Amino acid sequence: MKQILTLISGVIFGIGLTVSGMTDPARVRGFLDLFGAWDPTLAFVMGGALLVMAVAWVIQPRMVKPLVDTTFHLPGTRHIDGKLVGGAVLFGAGWGLGGLCPGPAIASLGTAPDIAAIGTFVLAMVGGMLLHRLATSKS
Amino acid sequence: MTIPGFPDADPVGGLIGGVLIGISAAVMLLGAGRIAGVSGLLARATGIADSGPPWIMALNFIVGLVLGGLAYALVFGPATVSYSPSLPLLAAAGLLVGFGTRMGSGCTSGHGVCGMSRLSRRSITATMVFMASGIVTVAIANALGWGW
Repeated sequence: MKQILTLISGVIFGIGLTVSGMTDPARVRGFLDLFGAWDPTLAFVMGGALLVMAVAWVIQPRMVKPLVDTTFHLPGTRHIDGKLVGGAVLFGAGWGLGGLCPGPAIASLGTAPDIAAIGTFVLAMVGGMLLHRLATSKS
Repeated sequence: MTIPGFPDADPVGGLIGGVLIGISAAVMLLGAGRIAGVSGLLARATGIADSGPPWIMALNFIVGLVLGGLAYALVFGPATVSYSPSLPLLAAAGLLVGFGTRMGSGCTSGHGVCGMSRLSRRSITATMVFMASGIVTVAIANALGWGW
């Protein structure tokens, strides 16, 4: 049940990203291009998603447990440190450079309009994750 | 429908897609009790992260994402996309996104959608920072002729 639920969640997420145009790097860059021909579409995507999730966060504390698990697994970290900010700076730079973030990049593997371009990005992204692990693992 | 002054914007498609993303994240939260953060789930699915949801669960979400893109393409035809023609640029961007999202513990979905709606100070900070960083990067990249 848990597996089907996460699969369905992934499918809806993938459709949402494609419908919203977020799999198009030019459109995402258009949103970040504040000093050029600004495209506000991403704000509508974020707004729609936040609206639904704000309701979900009101419901969540009233539930004893999630529907198909015995307990909620939610991040409890509260402090803001250099890792959070530094990571966000690097991520933002990559996001602006290529116009892709992890969700749309993965969903684009399904639409596969240009497999060389999206394949290069996804492989490099997984490589970057691996590099982070190697850089932070204690040996 | 278009917004006056912004002929390229797609507010209706954006809003519908955004609501779908919100529903997906709500299904993850209220159904499985987990955050729908793509960078974390991808790191888990590829075996790069040790902690997080069970491997098979993360893999299911990632496979679902690909199937969602595929389902859209099958119904509506290929999505309009425009990638940078430079593969080295895409590789550099991918490296930064992969490294940065692990270091900062999240991306647009985990921090942006799930964390901000939870009013997490960490996630609001991260989202403001990566958006600012993205805006500065696009301005610099366009000035250098790296846009497309």
